[in-house]
Amino acid sequence: MTDSFEPVIVGFTCNWCSYRAADAAGTARMKYAPNVRLIRLMCSGRLDPTFVMKALASGADGVLITGCHPGDCHYIDQNYKALRRFLLLRRTLKGLGVEPERIKLVWASAAEGLKLTNEINAFVEEIRALGPLHWPKWDSNGHTAEKQPILEVTA
Amino acid sequence: MSEKPKFAMYWAASCGGCEISVLNIGEKILDVDAHFEPVFWPVAVDSKYKDVEAMEDGSILLTLWNGGIRNQENEHIAHLLRRKSKILVAFGSCATEGCVPGLANLYPVEEIFSTAYHTVSTDNPQGIHPQPVVQVPEGTLTIPAMNPVLKTLAQVVDVDYFMPGCPPEPHQIAAVIDLVIAVLEGKAQLPPKGAVIGAGNSTVCDECPRARNVKHITAFKRIQDVAPLDPTLCILEQGVPCNGPATRSGCNARCPRVGAQCIGCYGPAEGVLDYGARLITAFASVVDAKEPEEIEAILDGIPDPVGQFYRFNLADSLLRAGVPAWKKNGH
Ligand code: SF4
Ligand code: SF4
Ligand code: FES
Repeated sequence: MTDSFEPVIVGFTCNWCSYRAADAAGTARMKYAPNVRLIRLMCSGRLDPTFVMKALASGADGVLITGCHPGDCHYIDQNYKALRRFLLLRRTLKGLGVEPERIKLVWASAAEGLKLTNEINAFVEEIRALGPLHWPKWDSNGHTAEKQPILEVTA
Repeated sequence: MSEKPKFAMYWAASCGGCEISVLNIGEKILDVDAHFEPVFWPVAVDSKYKDVEAMEDGSILLTLWNGGIRNQENEHIAHLLRRKSKILVAFGSCATEGCVPGLANLYPVEEIFSTAYHTVSTDNPQGIHPQPVVQVPEGTLTIPAMNPVLKTLAQVVDVDYFMPGCPPEPHQIAAVIDLVIAVLEGKAQLPPKGAVIGAGNSTVCDECPRARNVKHITAFKRIQDVAPLDPTLCILEQGVPCNGPATRSGCNARCPRVGAQCIGCYGPAEGVLDYGARLITAFASVVDAKEPEEIEAILDGIPDPVGQFYRFNLADSLLRAGVPAWKKNGH
């Protein structure tokens, strides 16, 4: 089963740093695993934990949260808020039986295309090792039918 | 039979508190009697499922449904009453969001049974363990089977209105009854379908009289460990996790007014998709620390995040249940 398992990962990036890092990686033709779908936010402080819950409930196997290095946030200290949310969210997911390793926080500056690439590739392998999450799609009979991924799986 | 419009109230997986709260409306209950014919109301009226089945579809004007959908019987009656009712109201926290019975969505059904029937606190010398189907010499006995997880009413049938609260406050129930009577008399219009009724559109904090300043939390504490609690200052500001910031208004901040933190019984505030996520945001914002170790030490003060963030709302949250509850069921 895990042989054919391609993790689906949603990655949230900050407009000012990690999104540019991903861009820089692309410009420099560095390759990162296609399993991650990046979503750009203006700042990691915009990351509402709801987004993470929704991603997991909709078929994601892991969620990557990225932002500017501590001290570098363009909105002063929003990335510290993101850090605190992340830590509290991780504890909550653990209480729900979700491996806390399914969410990861990475700081990456606009210049760190290579760092981001390595972090993404490492995260994909970590999630691959954990296996699929397969959150059920609850039907009205109290339980779920098959997995009906809202996020398409990479070929 | 009188010409009065028909009224029903049913309880599914709930504690019975919603029924009590209806009685708590005091003499207003006489208005209910004056304007409605209670045709089905297990706590108050002796009628049977077959009586409901015999009614014409849509013949009950108003059904207040309390309780979550935990087993096949709850589910069957939900469909039945949906068919028979013009207006179906999810009444109270269990019906709207699962409430405390919904916390069982953290565990597989077998574990719920073994806790209920086979732990030290249970006197069960014969080791009785209920089965949905049992053969006895006289024939086959059945009881309703449990569903794998508890569902809210709206996860099972179409719901017209939602009335939050554990239980709904009597003054809010009275206001809703007044409204329905005014509609019957042609003096008012029903709110749009799907509306939350008997509650406010803001947060508990908005109705809370306590003074608020910028919060710098360096430790979360249990309320009994903060002595004495400042009676005029925001409880969260004093380090006690208070769920007011994420909770819908409507109770007039009942708990903080009497010196207790809000635990969230009015459910998510308007526009909140996931109650726990909103609280995580709120609590993370007030923690005054920047280093991971320091933050973790402060968060240790919330030893049960799921209980803190989803005490009432787990069954209606985005994830709905813990992994152990569904893992075994074909996953
Ligand atoms: S957090 Fe609690 S005590 Fe503070 S203002 Fe809100 S409801 Fe009142
Ligand atoms: S203050 Fe909170 S817990 Fe208390 S009645 Fe109001 S909503 Fe419920
Ligand atoms: S601007 Fe990048 S994390 Fe705030």
